[in-house]
Amino acid sequence: MLDISKITKKFDGLTVLDKFNLSVPRNGFTALVGPSGCGKSTFFDVLTGVVPRDSGTISWLGKNLSSLGRKAAYMQQKDLLLPWFSLMNNALLPVKISNQINKASREKAQELFGRLGLDGFENYTPQQVSGGMRQRCALVRTLMFEYELVLLDEPLSALDAITRRSLQSLLVLLQSEFKKTILMITHDVEEALVLADEVLVLTNPPMRIRERFSLRGNKPRQRSDPELIRIREHILDELQSELTDEVY
Amino acid sequence: MKYTRLVSLVIFLIILGIWEAACRSFEVPDFILPVPSEIVMITITKWSVLLPHAGVTALEILLGIGISLLISVPLATIMFARPSVEQALSPFLVASQAVPVFALAPLLVVWLGYGIASKVLMAAIIIFFPITVSLLEGYKNCEYEYTMFFRLMGAGFWKTLRLLYWPWALPYFFAGLKVGVSVATIGAVIGEWVGAQKGLGYLMIQSNARLKVDMVFAAILWLSAMGLCMWAFVGFMERRVIRWK
Repeated sequence: MLDISKITKKFDGLTVLDKFNLSVPRNGFTALVGPSGCGKSTFFDVLTGVVPRDSGTISWLGKNLSSLGRKAAYMQQKDLLLPWFSLMNNALLPVKISNQINKASREKAQELFGRLGLDGFENYTPQQVSGGMRQRCALVRTLMFEYELVLLDEPLSALDAITRRSLQSLLVLLQSEFKKTILMITHDVEEALVLADEVLVLTNPPMRIRERFSLRGNKPRQRSDPELIRIREHILDELQSELTDEVY
Repeated sequence: MKYTRLVSLVIFLIILGIWEAACRSFEVPDFILPVPSEIVMITITKWSVLLPHAGVTALEILLGIGISLLISVPLATIMFARPSVEQALSPFLVASQAVPVFALAPLLVVWLGYGIASKVLMAAIIIFFPITVSLLEGYKNCEYEYTMFFRLMGAGFWKTLRLLYWPWALPYFFAGLKVGVSVATIGAVIGEWVGAQKGLGYLMIQSNARLKVDMVFAAILWLSAMGLCMWAFVGFMERRVIRWK
């Protein structure tokens, strides 16, 4: 289980996180949705150690950690593929960096390329393929990390609606087939409801959990499900009210 | 692209035409300003005179480029890796460029003699600055998100340098190298003016003293051609190496 306890972070007197708590069960999928500027990205920066926290603890599988930097795979909105490498070499980057590149890692990458519909594009460079394929390659790279924990920072928000939908089902694979524990930030409430086991609605800074929704059923869930639509509208109203609170 | 090149050629030919016509109409003596057609003739027919001198100048420039690369690349990398080194060295780097090369040339000739060493060093001094500054700027220009991503993957500085910073900075490096090779001739020629036994700069000084202005122009043409060839070669290498642009 990922346990985040009493995380506090202040910037020049502005308290972004104030004793923030969060738990993600092992092999769970938790999505965070909140208004812009509520501190979601800061929270990820604190988790990964990019920004030091003022106080609080982070533990993974019962072990206290200084950060999740070397314990979690990270995927964000920007695919961060290197244009001078082929798609295959981009996917192999984590193993290259950890000096663990070998026949097995190449075979694993090749298999993932097949699974994610990138077969035949191994030697293409990122600029030769579409945005969706680039993001799929970034997903392969994420899976090449041997980490069980995956942090997703709006991974599909830069894509068009159709590509996003097709990639959402691939994100489900992360959990169902690759047994990853996933914590995802998204602006897309529907995406959170379709993919996650638990959706947390966040407040403006200092960021708190305003509401929590536990969801059941096969994923990706049906968007037309009346219950899902009801929850979506409710969350959007909540976020709207957060925005209004900020304005007034 | 082809159209703009054609325009450049037409403008160049018009200038030459005006020059030729003016010299012939006003009967300007050859030792003041020779006509372009005469310069072109000398440039071609006196190739056996020009070639050995051009070879020496080219060697000086190429060695200067080699030395400056050997200095610039590690220097820019160290300055990037250690900002304190950059802060400490920046004033010296700027000062090295603020001093006119004309002022340095006599000193270098005194210290290193009339051979090619002083000219090579002059060329190297001129070239290393644009390469160092461009490469350093290229390293610094690497996007923060990529740097952070590499950090999160556990990459150390040298691995990040090899896989991220260096390829990222390559376009900047080539931009600096292009500037460097374009101005490299200045260093070599100034060195030859101050004291040399061979080289296009030496030939220019000797020809000028004998009022052979057409030969001075021929040497200038050869120098320009050398500069253009080097610039084109760097451009070719750039296209070969940076295929992703």
